[in-house]
Amino acid sequence: MSTLVNHTFDVEKLRKDFPILSREVNGKPLIYFDNGATAQKPQSVIDAVNHYYSYENSNIHRGVHTLSQEATSAYEEARRKIQKYIGAKLAEEVLFTKGTTDGINLVAQSFGKHFLKVGDEVIISAMEHHSNIVPWQMICEEKGAKLRIIPIDDQGDLIMDEFKQMLNSKTKLLSITHISNTLGTVNPVKEMIDLAHEKNVPVLIDGAQAVPHQKIDVRALDCDFYAFSMHKMFGPTGVGILYGKKEWLDQLPPYQGGGDMIKTVTFEKTTYNELPHKFEAGTPNIAGGIASAAAVEYLNELDWEAVRAHEKELLEYATNQLKTIDGLRFIGEAKVKASVISFVIEGTHAYDLGVIMDKMGVAVRTGHHCTQPLMERFGILGTVRASFAFYNTKAEIDTFIKALNRAIKMLR
Amino acid sequence: MSINERQEEVIEEFSMFDDWMDKYEHIISLGKELPLIDDAEKKDENLIKGCQSRVWLAADLKEGKVHFTADSDAVITKGIISLMIRVLSDATPAEIAEADLFFVDEIGLKEHLSPTRSNGLVSMIKQMKMYAIAYQTKV
Repeated sequence: MSTLVNHTFDVEKLRKDFPILSREVNGKPLIYFDNGATAQKPQSVIDAVNHYYSYENSNIHRGVHTLSQEATSAYEEARRKIQKYIGAKLAEEVLFTKGTTDGINLVAQSFGKHFLKVGDEVIISAMEHHSNIVPWQMICEEKGAKLRIIPIDDQGDLIMDEFKQMLNSKTKLLSITHISNTLGTVNPVKEMIDLAHEKNVPVLIDGAQAVPHQKIDVRALDCDFYAFSMHKMFGPTGVGILYGKKEWLDQLPPYQGGGDMIKTVTFEKTTYNELPHKFEAGTPNIAGGIASAAAVEYLNELDWEAVRAHEKELLEYATNQLKTIDGLRFIGEAKVKASVISFVIEGTHAYDLGVIMDKMGVAVRTGHHCTQPLMERFGILGTVRASFAFYNTKAEIDTFIKALNRAIKMLR
Repeated sequence: MSINERQEEVIEEFSMFDDWMDKYEHIISLGKELPLIDDAEKKDENLIKGCQSRVWLAADLKEGKVHFTADSDAVITKGIISLMIRVLSDATPAEIAEADLFFVDEIGLKEHLSPTRSNGLVSMIKQMKMYAIAYQTKV
């Protein structure tokens, strides 16, 4: 592993792009292993936000003045950059949202209102984040449709045979996570999309946890919808993307009403704007949208093969070190995993471990990670989760393991 | 002893710790002491659900004073609970209802009462005060 010398991937050099990584927490150098919650931002993204408010701030899509035109073209240019980055055919297939949750709610409400009837079925899985459960429960309840759950095995892999049997003529949509935020499981989404399409079932992918670890290609996947958040891929908070195939987006009614999404308004009838504006009511997060372009530019410069190798090395290194800890149980040992590790330790509570490690400068996530049904599946209340990004190092893992051992010693 | 005198006593006790580790070891040892609540009281009605840890709280009124018992599944939360009980339990409802819990800040545990910790402690204190307010009508 470590004999592999990669000249294109210099982690120490990359770390310098992220100012927050050099700060201290509780008098100790920060070790940030909560990347699954949100990723840190490179200087170029921070500068883009600052530059927008310093020089370009104005509302988009309506002003004739110079500032508005500059802001509008920067915002639309960001859309095109994101379109290219994810391999979408058209810019209008790339909708700006508030985040993954917002994107999933948009599909649940618009698609659900239009296509779901009594007795129809929507399929999700047992490892979904609450944001890919609750919107479906809400619309299914409203429409009298049924929510079906693909079960998982003890390792945290989907039971594919059950999924295949679930697909039937009543199935109207499959909404599935690309990578589990709690288990790190990388789901076989391409295979699932193909299976669903054989039955004419459209597919929404929750890509929130996939985008920080890989460059996605929506056309290669052939998914019908793909939702993700910019803040998890080193961009600003409050901005997400919902990719949708034009043929679907054209059929869906708008999700929210307001400014920017209309063509004409009279009190008798309103006609809606064209894609993508039909789904983008109100003044958006303009600064965030523009800064998202900076994030995408940054990611375009990365050697993704090297990132993959580095993250794999971090995952294996940390997993092997954690195995030496007495009473540790991994939650999530799927065949293919992203650099996310969840675990519980006998005789300790995740919250206590998190509090003590924070005192030593180590930021991990503790709790149920917004996946309560999954916690129930494993018979636990919560886990400690360490999630690594490409800027993390093996030296940080060494410190994390030391901090963890010390916390266990204090608590047991 | 008044609630404020008890708080001064806790502050005094914590002033002897030089670093966070000694302080947390003390809190953990407080948390590891005997269960603070009767098993029969660990029922759903008494459960305060935090996102991170769970807290059980029960109260009763004896001779004009409120007696609290509580527990948590997380030991640090439990240690802090034991301090809360030391300060608030066996005081009159009026005194509890009006109490200003300055000791938490003074001993450097304010972060544990931040909403982001979501450990059930903030709700527990609120609940303790609610009990006191309800008991005020009974004394």
